[in-house]
Amino acid sequence: MKILVAIKRVADPDNANKVKPTADKVDTTGLEWKPNPFDEYALETALRLTENGKNNKVRQGEVVVVTIGNKDTETQLRSALATGADRAIRVEAEDTDLDGRLVAAALKSVVDAEKPDLVLLGKQVVDGDSNSVGQMLAQLLDYPMATFAATIQEEADGRLLVGREVDGGVLSLRLTTPAIITVDLRVVAPTSVYSKHTDAGFKYSDGVRFAALPAIMKAKKKPLDVKALADLAPGKTNGSSYFRFEAPPARAAGVKVPDVATLVNKLATEAKAL
Amino acid sequence: MSAPSPESAGLTDTHRAFAETCRRFARERIAPHVVEWEEAGSFPRSLYTEAAEAGILGVSFPEAYGGGGGDLLHSMLSVETLLEGGSSGLVASLGSLGIALPPIMALGTEEQKQRFVPKVLSGEHIAALAITEPGAGSDVAGVKTRAVRDGDHYRLSGAKLFITSGVRADLVTVLARTGEDAHGGLTFFVVERGTPGFSASRALNKTGWWASDTAELSFDDVKVPLDQRLGEEGSGFLAIMQSFQAERLSLAFYGHATAEIVLADAIAYAKERQAFGRPLTGFQVTRHKLAEMATKTRVAKAFNWELARRVAAGEYLVTEVSMAKNFAAQVAQEVCYEAVQIFGGMGYMRETRVERFARDARLLPIGGGTTEIMNEIIAKQLGL
Repeated sequence: MKILVAIKRVADPDNANKVKPTADKVDTTGLEWKPNPFDEYALETALRLTENGKNNKVRQGEVVVVTIGNKDTETQLRSALATGADRAIRVEAEDTDLDGRLVAAALKSVVDAEKPDLVLLGKQVVDGDSNSVGQMLAQLLDYPMATFAATIQEEADGRLLVGREVDGGVLSLRLTTPAIITVDLRVVAPTSVYSKHTDAGFKYSDGVRFAALPAIMKAKKKPLDVKALADLAPGKTNGSSYFRFEAPPARAAGVKVPDVATLVNKLATEAKAL
Repeated sequence: MSAPSPESAGLTDTHRAFAETCRRFARERIAPHVVEWEEAGSFPRSLYTEAAEAGILGVSFPEAYGGGGGDLLHSMLSVETLLEGGSSGLVASLGSLGIALPPIMALGTEEQKQRFVPKVLSGEHIAALAITEPGAGSDVAGVKTRAVRDGDHYRLSGAKLFITSGVRADLVTVLARTGEDAHGGLTFFVVERGTPGFSASRALNKTGWWASDTAELSFDDVKVPLDQRLGEEGSGFLAIMQSFQAERLSLAFYGHATAEIVLADAIAYAKERQAFGRPLTGFQVTRHKLAEMATKTRVAKAFNWELARRVAAGEYLVTEVSMAKNFAAQVAQEVCYEAVQIFGGMGYMRETRVERFARDARLLPIGGGTTEIMNEIIAKQLGL
């Protein structure tokens, strides 16, 4: 199976306090960058779908990663290559010049050229939280789609059985490839994803695999192509842009109440919550 | 990924990527369990295979034996980053192969290397180094464990003390006396778990390093085949001197990394904790204390990294490495002491990381050669 995985880098959520609150847009100076966690899960999913879990050094198929960003985002692509992807594509663009529509259009051109059996994306990116690219891409390609996948099993005939956790249960979908799947966090649990090469009951380590040093070294030599956004999404421009960014208001100090009666009284009269 | 600092000058992208792997391993696989493992005085054996799969175990050993093919800087980075998991003892036990395997790599035949090393680097086997004895520490001339040739094998008798990973070790690299010459009569042997007469007589209770398995080993007329002797008889001393340099540099890294971690915890706490209507950082005495802690930590780190780069490039820097170990160990003591002081009562509670690191750091001026031994080495180089 050939899989295309779209990844985006985001400001490290652990350092989010470095974001300056009064800027017109998010000031990225001095921020540390990491791959979007859901995109890391998508990559882990792609690797699990293209291997026998017992021998995860051998790829049974091909995994191509794509990102849209400036030269610095190649760090995240190299890291994906070190984790096990075979090739990488970077579409040159600044993040501030993009919206979901433009990203989906560019990805469509990449899919047209690469012809993967499956496109995997994180369910959303943790910076903008738009949760739209996978869905728009499915529309543009007219592919079957499953969002928020928690489990994926490749069946003998190549179809994909996808489990989505919904209120009150699990919704199962059977997709015919080529298809699009966006993944949720539970997809990296030990028994969430099985390729047809992996024995039923095989247990993965929980979470995303680590990049070992020899793989980090080899990743430097794996192919990384750079493409121009204008070639992939001709005539399209950014249709939405952020113009203001406000930090949430600081929380006011609380008060201590002597007993429950006072609490109920305050909730009723001051907070008007009752 | 953090911006390049003067300490980390010369590190490549691949070094940084490896550090990121280690940092994530510490955050995901160590930190969530550290309190439980510290209190239990042990951690699961499966962590060795997990660390091997992640390419952390034995990162600086050749790929041909299942290592990561990295250099000394990679193993120093692994010390710095894995400590962020919160347990010095765990890092030491997980890393005991880093002192146990070098004599095999330096003195062993190809057959011996293939027989012993890959299983350790895959995490299947645990390896320990046994030099120290009840009557001999850094003064290896005092080693009394004896190996007597008897046909196609040796008979090994004696005791070893303070052996990291000793209880769980599947193979132990043991220094024994094969001749009367103080230094020239020392030879390394590999002794495997289960060999009759070899046992871990005691698991030792310690001030710190709780998650580390530390043992007393007993060798009672243990029959060791000839093909488990490393190198010629009398070749042990030089191998020890070389491995001491790496071990001491590594302990120097424990020093500055410990200081860096507790400093960050102390700063975060001092900003948060209120006293007399303002945070602790509102008091000049606290600010200046933190400033001094930061200064010492940074100086130790810069010196350690300079030496790591030079040792990795092939220099033999016994004097400087001794200085670095002493300095960083002292910095760790001082910074941990002040961090506990800033935490006040909370700093004396087992639920805080500074409490644990303060206990753990007490080992640094002792293990791998005491401050006094280091000073003797330095004094000798000064012609004193």
